[in-house]
Amino acid sequence: MRIAIPVDNKSIESSVCISFGRAPFFLLFDTASKEAEFLDNSAAASQGGAGIKASQALVDKGVQVVIAPRCGENAAEVLSCAGIKVYKSVTGTAKKNINEFLGGNLTQLIEFHPGFHNHGGR
Amino acid sequence: MKIAVLSGKGGTGKTLVSVNLAATAGQSVYIDCDVEEPDGHLFFKPEQVNEKNVTVPLPFINSSLCTGCRKCVEFCKFNALAFVNNRVTVFEEICHSCGGCVLLCPQKAVSEREKTIGIIRQGSSGNVTVIGGTLNTGEASGVPVIKELLKAPQAESSLTVFDCPPGSACIVMESIKGADYCILVAEPTVFGVHNLNMVYELVRLFGKSYGVILNKCLREENPAENYCIEKGIPILGRIPFDTELGAINSVAEIAVRAKSKYHALFTSLLKKMLEEVRDEAAADSQR
Repeated sequence: MRIAIPVDNKSIESSVCISFGRAPFFLLFDTASKEAEFLDNSAAASQGGAGIKASQALVDKGVQVVIAPRCGENAAEVLSCAGIKVYKSVTGTAKKNINEFLGGNLTQLIEFHPGFHNHGGR
Repeated sequence: MKIAVLSGKGGTGKTLVSVNLAATAGQSVYIDCDVEEPDGHLFFKPEQVNEKNVTVPLPFINSSLCTGCRKCVEFCKFNALAFVNNRVTVFEEICHSCGGCVLLCPQKAVSEREKTIGIIRQGSSGNVTVIGGTLNTGEASGVPVIKELLKAPQAESSLTVFDCPPGSACIVMESIKGADYCILVAEPTVFGVHNLNMVYELVRLFGKSYGVILNKCLREENPAENYCIEKGIPILGRIPFDTELGAINSVAEIAVRAKSKYHALFTSLLKKMLEEVRDEAAADSQR
């Protein structure tokens, strides 16, 4: 299974980025091989629709689970269309969140916010 | 001549100034560009009103023709399209109706469908032509409605007043594009100075001629006036903080039609503005 987490730095010890669509990088973690890969988020600098573009990239990478503190409505629509489940992150590093997820301790994110549109998303 | 009336926030007196200037000018056109909350019509109570829907084109994907090449998804600078589960999803509220996806699709799978986003109304009140638009609730951008409003015929010889939305965002930029002169309405507070500065920067960026009307003036120090003096911004005139004027305005009467003293006030504001415009034009021709 492939997990994606928006992160501030290219490290498995990175903090989880508060923004989904405008995160600088995504950590892609393969639960079978235990390998981590980092994806530059080309949507980060978008004028608008960053969540949609970021979601599209994760769909194309074959991600099945996203762990994030929050997620916009449009991004959620793309992710759910592709059958990707979104879980709410907990305070701590990306690594901690992966372990919490694998331990079954994360809950699914069910509330999605309308876009911030450059008014305080970060 | 086309003049735009703007301010950095709501409630400074844009509509008061716009409505009364248009009503003072005689043969004139008043255009309410504040399509999110138009209120000019409450004052003018226009008659013989014609209505027209405003629509925007949105992409419609014929899935049976789509081969999933993603040219449209990759092209869209607004990220209004996504390709998931072998089909293109359109995010209508993000689409800017540029039509690029329609032009680009090699399979001709993208066509356009019109979506109604608002309405414009045109009527008359005395010798003022009153035009206004309303953006439907929930729509993202009033710009298409304003573009439609500005298509209305405006004679160069008579006065056209654009009553702008508050602030300095896209809808205001759209509203002032065609204006020959901008009137900035300012309140006599420190907060008012901040808001004045927003629109002052905007009109300078657009290379417009401008002047300020100081509204709600009291007999004490006026930070907005000080700001104008400091920046060398022409002051067209002052409207006093006046409970009688407030009372007339609050029951949606037009002050210049209700009382001769307000007619005199706005006549002098109009005269001063026309002088400013003439001086600017003369200075321009000498450059």
